[in-house]
Amino acid sequence: MDWTALRLSLLLGLWTLALLLPAAIWIGRWLAYSEFRGKSLIEAMLALPLVLPPTVLGFYILIATGGSSTLGRIWQSIFGGPLAFSFEGLVFASLIANLPFAIQPIQQAFAAIPRDLREAAACCGLSPWRGFRLIELPLAWPGLLTAAVLTFAHTLGEFGVVLMVGGSIPGETRTIAIAIYDRVQAFDDQAAGLMAAALLVFSLGAIAATTALSKRIGRRHG
Amino acid sequence: MADNLVVELRQAGPIPLDVRLDCPASEVLALLGPSGSGKTTILRAIAGLLHPQEGYVACGEAVWLDTARNINVTPQQRRIGYLFQHFALFPHLSARQNVMAALEHRPNADRAARADDLLARVHLDGLGERRPAQLSGGQQQRVAMARALARDPAALLLDEPFSSVDRATRDKLYREVAGLRRDLAMPTILVTHDLGEAAMLADRLAVLHHGQTLQTGRIGDVLARPASATVARLIDIRNIFAARVAAQEATRTLIDWNGLLLEAAPQPDFAPGDACAWCIRAAQIVLHRRDRPSQGERENPVPGRIAELVPMGDTVSIDFAAEHNGDRLQFTLSSHVAARNDLAPGIAATVSLRAEGIHLMPPDTTDA
Repeated sequence: MDWTALRLSLLLGLWTLALLLPAAIWIGRWLAYSEFRGKSLIEAMLALPLVLPPTVLGFYILIATGGSSTLGRIWQSIFGGPLAFSFEGLVFASLIANLPFAIQPIQQAFAAIPRDLREAAACCGLSPWRGFRLIELPLAWPGLLTAAVLTFAHTLGEFGVVLMVGGSIPGETRTIAIAIYDRVQAFDDQAAGLMAAALLVFSLGAIAATTALSKRIGRRHG
Repeated sequence: MADNLVVELRQAGPIPLDVRLDCPASEVLALLGPSGSGKTTILRAIAGLLHPQEGYVACGEAVWLDTARNINVTPQQRRIGYLFQHFALFPHLSARQNVMAALEHRPNADRAARADDLLARVHLDGLGERRPAQLSGGQQQRVAMARALARDPAALLLDEPFSSVDRATRDKLYREVAGLRRDLAMPTILVTHDLGEAAMLADRLAVLHHGQTLQTGRIGDVLARPASATVARLIDIRNIFAARVAAQEATRTLIDWNGLLLEAAPQPDFAPGDACAWCIRAAQIVLHRRDRPSQGERENPVPGRIAELVPMGDTVSIDFAAEHNGDRLQFTLSSHVAARNDLAPGIAATVSLRAEGIHLMPPDTTDA
């Protein structure tokens, strides 16, 4: 078992969650409640990472973060190191690749809250922030949970994008998915099998826990 | 200290509105109209959930909306108790927490006790811990009412509050709300499409059609004297016909109903020769006893035939075709009266139209 790779994958997952979830809540809620021209285009763009081959997505992210790109140069000038082939570059790639996994369940969860509940909150005198905290967030909770689990599990399993943007630098960009690939290439089936099984058990457990929790919350709200 | 609620709304679309309402404190004003007549839209505009193109909404000194002066206060700042049609209870909160959500203007320490007081007031003592899904429709309506009152509102808006509960519960809730409103010194607007509900709970009635107030007045006045054939239809008067004013006399107005002269209570606004519409409530139509004629039969007798007879439990709905022009008069009778008179489709009979019940209106220009 490559513990460094596992640690790196978990760290990548946590960073992605911490940065993406607040943004996804804001974007998902905005898309759920608003009707405007161009909304379908924005939704399509946010869903692109779902359908694009990971290597294509990774290629464009690599171009966008490379040393000759604007983003790459700004990063280099501020932090003194390259964005591509670094852990930070992986986090950036992971944020882009996970947009649909985070936003779509959250958008659906907010869209499912009846309008009259939000209006009732306003008529009760609750400020928009209080209404969000007291009414919307608890009702959208199953969607948030699904988004978190999907994002985390997808980050752990992401291969193509990570390989394109990060390569396989031990301790920096070699995640567990890359490590499995490396082990298979080195004919170390035992280590590859162990890590694959660990990922499988984790993913299954996460999905099962989400489903169970969502059902429990659903019953409570019934 | 309660104040009048004054509402003026105008907009061309998407839902057209042309409304003026004035609801004094301690009064219940019923908004009556068919589906799509803009009733709920008006409540939403009063609550600040919808912004009309032009409008003025004020409760006493507090101006909540004045488009001419760019005033548009948020729903949070309008002290309104709003009972939503499907109650809009927060499903993840208990009954008590639902009420407490509207008590955030009060000190934290007082909220639970105040919520329990309000729940007791709507006869829900002991059910405060239950979530909405664990309550019956009637109980949910009571929680919604307690929550609407929790804000110490300056005005109360009730959007078809009884439409989501069964008939038996509704009758019970009518009595409770009627009792409750006696204690409430605030203007209340009740949206309904049920005339009986309006008559039971409201002081005044505003009849709406296509977003327009067609007539506003005391309930008895509107029911007795609808301003137009459209209003008459909206307040469930089915007997509406065309006629011409034949003569105006000091004690009566005579109308010519396709050759049959009818006597009505004096209605001097119409000149002899004027075309008009007239209506009569079903309760003002009296069937002549076929076995034993009586004195009342001299009052506007109309011979004809029973065209249709529909049993409706204890009553029978009668469709009566006037002999002289074939127009249909509709009225109901007790089942035993219908049986005693051997009424059946095709049978010849005579009815009297009570002169006091005949109301004249401008000619009906609608196709309905």
